[in-house]
Amino acid sequence: MPQYLVRLAQTHESFRKAELEALAELAGIDIRFDFYDEDSPFCILALPSPTAAAILIHRSILSLSIHELWAQGTDYATLHASNHAASSIFWPHYATSSFRFTLDSYRGSRSTATQRTIIDSFSYMPLNGRIKMSNPDLSLTIFEDFATGSHEPRALYLGRLLSLSGRIAKTTYDLKKRAYISTTSMDAELALVTANVALAAPGKLFYDPFSGTGGFMVAGAHFGASVWGSDIDGRSIRGKGGKAKKDVVSNMVQYGLTSRYLDGFIADLTNSPIRGARGPGEDAARGGWLDGIMCDPPYGVREGLKVLGLKRDPGENRERLACVDRYMEEGYIPPKRPYSFEAMLEDILQFAAVMLVVGGRLSMWMPTANEEAENGEEQKELSIPMHPALGLVSVCVQPFNKWSRRLLTYRRLSPDEISPEALSAMVSHKKRAHGNGQNADDLNDFRRKYFQGFKEPET
Amino acid sequence: MKLLTLNFLTCARKACKSTTLAFPLRPKDAELEIVEADLEPLFIRNILPRVEWEALRTLCQDLGLPQLPPAAPEPAALFAPNPSDPSIPSDKLVRPGKEGEGEGEGEGEGEEGAPTQTLKDLHHVLLETTIREGKLVCGNCGHAYAVKEGIANFLLPSHLV
Ligand SMILES: [Zn+2]
Repeated sequence: MPQYLVRLAQTHESFRKAELEALAELAGIDIRFDFYDEDSPFCILALPSPTAAAILIHRSILSLSIHELWAQGTDYATLHASNHAASSIFWPHYATSSFRFTLDSYRGSRSTATQRTIIDSFSYMPLNGRIKMSNPDLSLTIFEDFATGSHEPRALYLGRLLSLSGRIAKTTYDLKKRAYISTTSMDAELALVTANVALAAPGKLFYDPFSGTGGFMVAGAHFGASVWGSDIDGRSIRGKGGKAKKDVVSNMVQYGLTSRYLDGFIADLTNSPIRGARGPGEDAARGGWLDGIMCDPPYGVREGLKVLGLKRDPGENRERLACVDRYMEEGYIPPKRPYSFEAMLEDILQFAAVMLVVGGRLSMWMPTANEEAENGEEQKELSIPMHPALGLVSVCVQPFNKWSRRLLTYRRLSPDEISPEALSAMVSHKKRAHGNGQNADDLNDFRRKYFQGFKEPET
Repeated sequence: MKLLTLNFLTCARKACKSTTLAFPLRPKDAELEIVEADLEPLFIRNILPRVEWEALRTLCQDLGLPQLPPAAPEPAALFAPNPSDPSIPSDKLVRPGKEGEGEGEGEGEGEEGAPTQTLKDLHHVLLETTIREGKLVCGNCGHAYAVKEGIANFLLPSHLV
């Protein structure tokens, strides 16, 4: 398969590969990673065709563009040699096309004069069409990749632009310009990446059981899915304000996505009103009817972090504090049984196993204490909750100072992929675990560690 | 709350989830509202096999809406035949940097032909007919869930959890 160069955004590195793999799966495109490095914004993919390359990247959030790879080298001599050897077959096709050259220097800077010299060094290519800066037939980019602090690039590429990515959506959906948000709203970029990894697409039905201000619903609807949300906190569904009401609906109106917003309702995942696949009852061995679930469950951590850690204007902080206080008030939310972090994860996975169609995805955010992750791979794997009917697809990590959060993505397995022994073992384990009267806070390992870690001497 | 949503919901009480009496929840004192929405033909096609048709018929009857046929329409009845589909140049399929509105629009038409009246009728029943105010009553335990301003509340009082 021919090779293509993806110009990635150098951010959220551990999400980039998962996003590309998901987009390939969504479009049914064979993909092979010939070069990928977390420290580089350049990735070389083998793909079936230029059309497939363009389809792959056009809704990517963490890519900028994709290019047909014409040449690569470690310095200009090897780049030019590679250009002669590998891409001269392309040249006659563009002999009379309008064209332009651009230089993209990553972690390096070039004066205008040097840029000119570099571009002129390609004048041996028989391109006789006119130079056109906007929308030329042929857009060639010279990419330079500098190691930090270096004066000479460590890698060079020449590529023909095939398609820009969908990264513009990051700006379109920026929370700063969104009417209805809260302190726990996922930023637009990561919500959109989540929707890509979860394979949101036209014709599909997506659900967020902890929908809050609806960030994942907006992201799913952007990619064409019809979306549903529920939340245990009725206020987040009802919204706020009188005449100029701010709610999930008003956000959907703002983005022109109302016809893909199905409904929001007030519900608790542990006593969910959602029915099983065929009428009442639940059966994890059968496929369900949701195409995807995206969620950022309320672990009670981010709220604490925001209140303790964020310094904005005092008025806003007071308001946020008041909001958190009200969460704590007895009787504000109907009384619940003690509910641990682990029990919540178990419930989410069980719900996904029952409700997802075969091949449907659960993309779930989960916080982790960094200390835990440092104890080595094995422990890290152990702390990822699993279910016999769900296969782990990808783990992406967003590191913070004292904790990280991970985007865990699972695929609903087909019945012949599910071990009946594992399924029945899980059921009996669950009965035991719930029968021995363990205190919820004992189980809630992450929260305990997290809040202990946060207690620093007050100054 | 759309009738489509109601078709996927049952009583939230664990004791009721396994009984057929709890599904569908029966609307009481329901005030309906028609909320227009753009047609999403591909979504209708995909969701139709997941809809419990008998429950939908019951709901329409309860709400005094026109009676639905005894069986769900076949997928072939949703789109008019599309005999001569001029092949689209492959490079026209990709719209770089596409923004939200219209993402994937028309995919249903491109492959399937124009939406039929049957599809439009389904769209109207499932996605445009909504319950604005009222109650949803479980046929097993009798618990009534309130719908206010189109939002249903399924939280259970503590003695029912
Ligand atoms: Zn009931």
